[in-house]
Amino acid sequence: MKKVYLQDSNILSPLGFTTAANFDAVFAGETSIKEHSIHSKLGNSYVSIFDQDRLANLFNQLGISNDSSRIEKLAIAALKPLIDKKAPGRKSLLVVTTTKGNIKALADSDELNTYIPSLAKHISNYFGFVTEPLTLSNACVSGLMALSLAKRYIQMGMFDDAYIVAFDEVSTFVQSGFQSFQAISTEACRPYDALRKGVSLGEAATACYISTEKNSDSIQIAADSSINDANHISGPSRTGEGLFLSIQKAMQEADISADEIDYIVGHGTATLYNDEMEAIAFNRAGLRNTPLASYKGNYGHTLAASGLLECILMATCLRKDTLLASKGFETLGTSEYINVLVNNMQAPIRTALKTASGFGGSNTALLLMKS
Amino acid sequence: MAELKDLLKQQIIEVLNLEDIQVTDIQDEDALFGDGLGLDSIDALELIVLLDKEYGIKLSDPKEGKEIFKSINTLADFVEKNRSK
Amino acid sequence: MHFISNSIVIRQATVSVNGAPYFKGQPSEFKDFAKELYQHLGITYPKFYKMDNLCKLAFLASEIVLKDQDGEDIALIFSSKEGSLDTDIQHQGHIQDENSFYPSPATFVYTLPNICIGEVSIRHQLKTESMFLLAEAYQTAYIQAYSDFLIESGKAKKVLCGWLRMLKDDYVAQFYLVEKQGNIAHQINNIEQILNK
Repeated sequence: MKKVYLQDSNILSPLGFTTAANFDAVFAGETSIKEHSIHSKLGNSYVSIFDQDRLANLFNQLGISNDSSRIEKLAIAALKPLIDKKAPGRKSLLVVTTTKGNIKALADSDELNTYIPSLAKHISNYFGFVTEPLTLSNACVSGLMALSLAKRYIQMGMFDDAYIVAFDEVSTFVQSGFQSFQAISTEACRPYDALRKGVSLGEAATACYISTEKNSDSIQIAADSSINDANHISGPSRTGEGLFLSIQKAMQEADISADEIDYIVGHGTATLYNDEMEAIAFNRAGLRNTPLASYKGNYGHTLAASGLLECILMATCLRKDTLLASKGFETLGTSEYINVLVNNMQAPIRTALKTASGFGGSNTALLLMKS
Repeated sequence: MAELKDLLKQQIIEVLNLEDIQVTDIQDEDALFGDGLGLDSIDALELIVLLDKEYGIKLSDPKEGKEIFKSINTLADFVEKNRSK
Repeated sequence: MHFISNSIVIRQATVSVNGAPYFKGQPSEFKDFAKELYQHLGITYPKFYKMDNLCKLAFLASEIVLKDQDGEDIALIFSSKEGSLDTDIQHQGHIQDENSFYPSPATFVYTLPNICIGEVSIRHQLKTESMFLLAEAYQTAYIQAYSDFLIESGKAKKVLCGWLRMLKDDYVAQFYLVEKQGNIAHQINNIEQILNK
């Protein structure tokens, strides 16, 4: 089977406007989660949102016009540097992913402007892709699954290379829903910690470019699997079954054992049940001692963007032989032991595991390897 | 009190979409969760919204719900004592 | 070469299976038709009534296609144009008015299109590969190639593909099962024929 490598990436988040700036910010232990009022009925919310002026400046610099919605501009701004460097060819695939896209338009009864396929088409046309985009919407695993999907389409021989863009905004729509689920933290979220109180939401747009070309510092997307829990539509599985199976299948595909995995970037939303489920699944997979971090303490939960954003940072960790710590973590708060990183660490790492889990019982596990 | 209990049963059937169940099927002392009506975690959250919307009662700690939502008896008692509308 | 072993189309209160009439309901709102079809199938699954319309539609279509399957490693690839918009509009309704701001968890959970994959997976105990795509129209060539890939690479034994539309009582479900045996070749023209019926 063809080998597929991560080539280039870009992260637009409140912590920075390039992958390098984001890595540095997380390395420095920064967080963009702050108290904001996003709707009078929601009280004050701890969320990670863009500074409007800085964002407007970025759009201006990149020459992105004002007739698009904010979320369209974010997606375009994330992709543009990659496409400026390497334009899409005749057999280039665009994978777009978001959970709620331009859902804000619904508050103005503007249903047409919430259609995600139109949003994807707009992005595709903007950059002149000649192939039809694939658009994925799979709750909180979307970003990571989009990378997996693009890798598979290249392996199938249908495309030579692929651009992936994953994005979501903070909105009253989603914030109010999570609040009704009693899943929102009353402080910046603290993944895996004993005192964790739930999720903080965030916004970001992340893009990456993958192909079969191998360079000296290429990181291989070695294996990937997405197995459903078949257990509950919102509650994480108590046995971590789907995540466990996803990890196992990914390890089988890469033909490696658990002790060859050097670092895990988990989903770590900081809800009681999600983090507990992950701890159980990692233990079942023989990964209890593997250094583990969640970056939700830095960014909040950026929904569809999160899986891809965190995977791209993890790729940078591989390149730099650096393990980034889990922001907001002090004392272990899961029933089974997991090795959550309190401090950044320098160590040679060859193989790293990224996981995500979400509503609908979805799970994705993806392995990156130094080539 | 009997009136409030019937109203609560009606409201529960409606907001939780229990289409196969009639008011007369729910006994006042029946367990709402587990073996009784078989409600689950989303139903519990939905009952919290019901208390807020219909009776002006805000439950900030979902753990409180465990005792309150045991049966129609416990729920009606709680609503009677705490309602603001 | 793979085959289409089973297909179903649900639209306008009418169900056809493998091109032949299967069930015709009373002309009514989708919710009532869904209940009528659910009762016709003679199953007991109280959670059905809690689902939103998109999930009910996906559930019913899957129920009929997977009736004689023993749940062995069937992957799910569902896609749609509107996704969960039908329920998005309902959730927006719960938070639109500041004086009556009551977001409902039971509604909000359905504002993700892939929840219907979750519902079908729970019903048939499918601990398998799955994904939800959004597109203007069914992406036949993409999905055909991907289904073949899942089977050939051993990631699934069979693949249930489904196109769903659900918005304000306008609905369509077109599902087909791809596997190693069957009567109809898994080719683009045959898939399009199922979709156009």
